[in-house]
Amino acid sequence: MATAQVRLTGAAQADAFQRPARSLWTDAWHQFRRHRLAMVGLVVLTFLVLATLIGPYLWTASLSDIDFSRSLQGPSFAHPFGTDDLGRDLLARALSGGRVSIAVGLTAVFIAITLGTSIGAFAGYFSKLDSPLMRLTDLFLSLPVLPLLLVIIFLFRDTLRGMFGPEVGIFLMIVTVIGILNWMPVARLVRASFLSLKQKEFVEAARSVGDTDGRIIFRHILPNVLSPVLVAATIGVGGAILTESTLSFLGLGFPPDLPTWGRLLFDAKDYLDFAPHWALFPGLCIFLTVLSINFIGDGLRDALDPRKTA
Amino acid sequence: MGRYIARRLLIAVPTLIAISFVIYAILALAPIDPLSQFGADPRVPPEVRENIRHSLGLDQPWPIRYAKWFTALIQGDLGYSFMSHTPVLGLIMQRLPNTLAVVGVAYLVGVLIAIPVGMISAVKRYSLTDHVATTLAFMGFSTPTFFLGLLLIIIFSITLRWLPFIYNSNLQITDLESLGVQIKQSIMPIAVLGLGNAALLTRYVRSEMLEHLPLDYVRTARSKGLLERVVIIGHVLRNSLIPIVTLIALGVPNVFGGAIVTESIFRVPGIGEMLVRAIGEGDIPVVAAVVFLFAVLVVGFNLIADVLYAVLDPRIKYS
Repeated sequence: MATAQVRLTGAAQADAFQRPARSLWTDAWHQFRRHRLAMVGLVVLTFLVLATLIGPYLWTASLSDIDFSRSLQGPSFAHPFGTDDLGRDLLARALSGGRVSIAVGLTAVFIAITLGTSIGAFAGYFSKLDSPLMRLTDLFLSLPVLPLLLVIIFLFRDTLRGMFGPEVGIFLMIVTVIGILNWMPVARLVRASFLSLKQKEFVEAARSVGDTDGRIIFRHILPNVLSPVLVAATIGVGGAILTESTLSFLGLGFPPDLPTWGRLLFDAKDYLDFAPHWALFPGLCIFLTVLSINFIGDGLRDALDPRKTA
Repeated sequence: MGRYIARRLLIAVPTLIAISFVIYAILALAPIDPLSQFGADPRVPPEVRENIRHSLGLDQPWPIRYAKWFTALIQGDLGYSFMSHTPVLGLIMQRLPNTLAVVGVAYLVGVLIAIPVGMISAVKRYSLTDHVATTLAFMGFSTPTFFLGLLLIIIFSITLRWLPFIYNSNLQITDLESLGVQIKQSIMPIAVLGLGNAALLTRYVRSEMLEHLPLDYVRTARSKGLLERVVIIGHVLRNSLIPIVTLIALGVPNVFGGAIVTESIFRVPGIGEMLVRAIGEGDIPVVAAVVFLFAVLVVGFNLIADVLYAVLDPRIKYS
């Protein structure tokens, strides 16, 4: 029994020598591929992103051409998603709208993650900053997010529209406000990891060879915090897309000439009885995008969890 | 314990003051004229406009206006609506019961779905039931509330014609028939709000139960010869409920946020619908009051969650 065990480990070791080096990310990828729903999510999301990026070049119907003779038509070969009240092609509108929706999700999360990681890193690393920064985090966590978003966008959109033009202004505004109201969970997460990691020997070693605080934070501690942040970011993109579409649905998002998925639903909601297709397709786009992102987030969480990788 | 609760209460007060300040500052610094309704009217001469500004105190610097607004606020005076010229407090009180009814029932439905489904999902992990429940839960919290609302309207109001899609607030419940109408018109708003929350809570219940299932006390309970049902419900579920109860409390403000959307879709005359309308009309006193009310909800339920956790889990010592 004992010899068998020894021989087995010996064989396993020899095997390990021949295998190519495994990094955290290849391990994670192997784990991720086993999560069936996450893989489906990845395929669907890739398809949707490619469709919004390349689609408008392939599907050349105009998104703003008005033709009353074909208004409110259901799906047909000429207009797979149907047309709206002004006879505009809804597939073209959904494709270009998706580009904006996805861009809003990515940019807003980028802002939230940058803010949250910096605040969390500073709070966790410098003990003096910990208490004031965490009070600030608690304060932000107590803000009523959706009502405040609505109010801020209503109050400031005209000013920003004047400063940056109607499209860029609204984009900047929505992205910034969503980012500023969503950094808190990431900050808490990063702070907690920093608090435990800064006690570790490798940080002490780095300090003993004269590394500066900045180098220790960015080169040594931050890479160890990346995986939970990545999971939070992935799920955050889905959340930001939902928030943007909610704002647009309440009429406080993008203007009608820049039809995001939420905006299309806002326009469609008064025509539900004779043109349900108008609401159905953009709604399905939001649903599929967010669902795929959530599955991918779940897969990443499993894949990057060090307790799970054998 | 008493001291811990008292300290938490003491932290909540400055938090609320800070939030009221932030809300007021945003409203005061916004490039929008509270008198724009008059301003657009060229018949109002500038002197009259100045007089109105003066009589409303709008010519004072905003920190002073904030101090006055806040002093009035803690005395229960929320000011007057620009639109209806009636006290804001009265308007809120008129609409709050509708919101509380819809949100309350919806959340209850959500919890009642989530606990059994999450429990079964955890006990029969990786079974067909678990996979179905997990997939449905993911679908539930990936569906935008407004899209689910529109879908339900398309299916149940337009295609099947079973349910009305506009909420009639003037309905008086006098007999069985009007009660039936009330139930019918409440089904969709409650379903939209409840299902999304059920999805999220199911995940919490499942993962919490999974943490507890492999623990020693569960094995002890089984080895004593207890029925599996008693082990799961009396031991595992009971212990898992401690964090879940706090999560349920923390989720309440989110449900109120969701009510903003749901009420707008079904035109339920609650405070969420009032907020969206007041924002559209630039009715600043109403906006300030409702946003502050939402802040009170968030802070209040955070407090309740913390206190519940302290009460329910005797292992945690608070100094």
